[in-house]
Amino acid sequence: MKLHHLLTVLPFIGVLVCIPFVNTVKPYVLGLPFVIFWMVMWVVLTSIIMWIVYKIDPANRESETQ
Amino acid sequence: MNIALVIIFAFLLLAVAMGIRAKKGHDMNLEQWTVGGRGFGAVFVFLLMAGEIYTTFTFLGGSAWAYGKGGPALYILGYMMLAYAISYYLLPAVWRYGKEKNLLSQSDFFASKYNSQALGIIVALVGVLAIVPYIILQFKGLGIIVSQASYGTISPTLAIWIGAIAVTVYVMISGIHGSAWTAVLKDIMILILVMIIGLYLPFHYYGGIQPMFEAIDKAHPNFVTIPKQGLSISWFISTVLLTSLGFYMWPHTFGSAFSAKSEKVFRKNAAISPIYAMLLLFVFFVGFAAILQVKGLEGADQDLSLLKLSIKTFDPWVVGFIGAAGLLTALVPGSMLLMSAATLLARNVYKPFAKNATDNQIMKLAKYLVPVISLLSVYLTLNGGNTIVVLLLMGYSFVTQLFPALIASLMKNNFVTKQGAMVGIIVGELTVLYVTITSSTVGTLFPSLPQMVKDLNVGIIALILNIVAMTIVSVVTQKYSIPLAKKEATDLE
Repeated sequence: MKLHHLLTVLPFIGVLVCIPFVNTVKPYVLGLPFVIFWMVMWVVLTSIIMWIVYKIDPANRESETQ
Repeated sequence: MNIALVIIFAFLLLAVAMGIRAKKGHDMNLEQWTVGGRGFGAVFVFLLMAGEIYTTFTFLGGSAWAYGKGGPALYILGYMMLAYAISYYLLPAVWRYGKEKNLLSQSDFFASKYNSQALGIIVALVGVLAIVPYIILQFKGLGIIVSQASYGTISPTLAIWIGAIAVTVYVMISGIHGSAWTAVLKDIMILILVMIIGLYLPFHYYGGIQPMFEAIDKAHPNFVTIPKQGLSISWFISTVLLTSLGFYMWPHTFGSAFSAKSEKVFRKNAAISPIYAMLLLFVFFVGFAAILQVKGLEGADQDLSLLKLSIKTFDPWVVGFIGAAGLLTALVPGSMLLMSAATLLARNVYKPFAKNATDNQIMKLAKYLVPVISLLSVYLTLNGGNTIVVLLLMGYSFVTQLFPALIASLMKNNFVTKQGAMVGIIVGELTVLYVTITSSTVGTLFPSLPQMVKDLNVGIIALILNIVAMTIVSVVTQKYSIPLAKKEATDLE
C-alpha cells in the first residue's frame, strides 16, 4: 500500500464512515447546517487530496518528462 | 412572443449551429464520430465527463431532492466526490486498454477483455436498455423546462419534438465533436446561472444562507439532516457507495473516456472535478429556498420547485436564460446517449452477426440508427406512462451490475471467466428487474431484519448475488478450461 493509495481512502472515510457522527443541524458553520458543511468540506478536501495524489504519484512524473 | 421564448430559441439555434460546425475539418469515420479520433485534450474531456453530471436530473432533480427530502439530497454530492476519487485509478486503466486495442465502446472493452463476442452483445444490450430510459428522462426534463420557462406558450410535447430533432441533426452530422462543443456552451451557462440564482434566492427571501436554514429548521425541525428511518444513514451509505461504483459504468462514459488524448487527463480531472460538483450546493440552495416560498408541491411536481420559484421571483428574461440552460442540459447528455446507443447497436449487436459488413457500412448504420432511437424515445416519452418510471429506476442499477466483471478484468490475475462474467451480469440484471417490478425493498424482502439493514439500498442485493454467481461459475468453469487451455498450449508447441 503506497502513500497515495492511503490518501485516496480518506474521502471514503470522511463521507461513509463519519456521516452518522456529524448528522446534526447545529452548529452552523459558514452559514451551513453542520451536516451540509461536513459534506461541502469533504468536496473541497477531496479535491485537495486528489491534487496531492496527482503530484506524488510516480505515474504522472514519468509521463511529465516525456 | 415573449422575451423568454426568444432567448430559449436563440440558444437552441446557437447550440445546433455549434454542433454542426464542429464537424469542420474532420473526416467522419466511426472512430472520429464516436470517440473524436482519440484526440481530445484536457478541456474537452473535462467538459464531457465532469459536465456530464449537470443533466436535467441535476438541474431539476437536485433541487427537487432538497425541496422534498432535505438532508438525503446530500447523497448526490457524496457519490460524485467518491466517484472522482475512483476515477483516478479506473479511467486511466480503461483508456490505456482501449487505446492499445483500438476500442470504441464499452461493449468492445468487455468483449476484448474476456475474449467473448457473446459477452460483448450482452453488455451492449444492457447498455442500450439503460440508455433509452435515460434519454427519455432528458426529453421529459426538456419538455418541463421549456414549457414552464416559456410561460406555457410552448407545450411540453412541442418542446420535446423540437429538442429531439435538434439533437438528432447535430449528432448525425458531427457525432461527439458536436457534443463537445455544445458542452462548452452548456457548462458556461449553467455555471453562471446556478451560482447567481443559488445565492440570490436565499438572500432575497431570507436575508442570507444561515437565516434560510434557520427558518427551515424552525418550520421543519431536522429536515436538513438525514432521518432516522427510510432514507436513513444506512440508506445514505449504501446508496453513495452503489452510485459511485455505477457512475462510470454508463456506456457513454466509456465513449468520453476513449476520446482523451492521454491518460494523464483523467488523473488531473480527478482533482478538479470535485470542485465542479460543488455547483450542486447552489442547486440545493434553490430547492431549500423554495420550501417556504412555493409550498405544497408533491410527487413529480417537486421537480418544478426550481422553475416555479424562478418564475415567481425573476423577470422573464432571466427565466429565458434558465430555460435555455435547461434546454442545453438535456441536449448535451442526450446527444452522448443517442450516439452511444447507436454505436452499440451497430457495432456490437449487428456486426457480430454480419461478419462481412465493412466499417463504412457500420458507420452508416450507426448514423441512421440515431433518428430511429430518437423517435422511439420521443414516442415512449409521450406515451410511456408508468412503465417508464420503472425503467428509469432500473437504468442506474442496470449499469452498476457491470462493475464486478469490469474490476475483475482490470486485475493482474483475473480469476473471472467469460462464463462467470456473463452469468454474474445476467443474475444481477434479473434481480434488478424483479426488485424494481415488484417494488421490493430490503424491508419487504426480509421483514424480520433490523431497521438499519432494511433501509439499505436494495441494489446491494443484486450486486451481492451478481458477485456470488460470478465467483461460483468462474471457479467451476476455470477447472474445466485450464486443462483445455494447457492442452491448446501444448498443441501449439
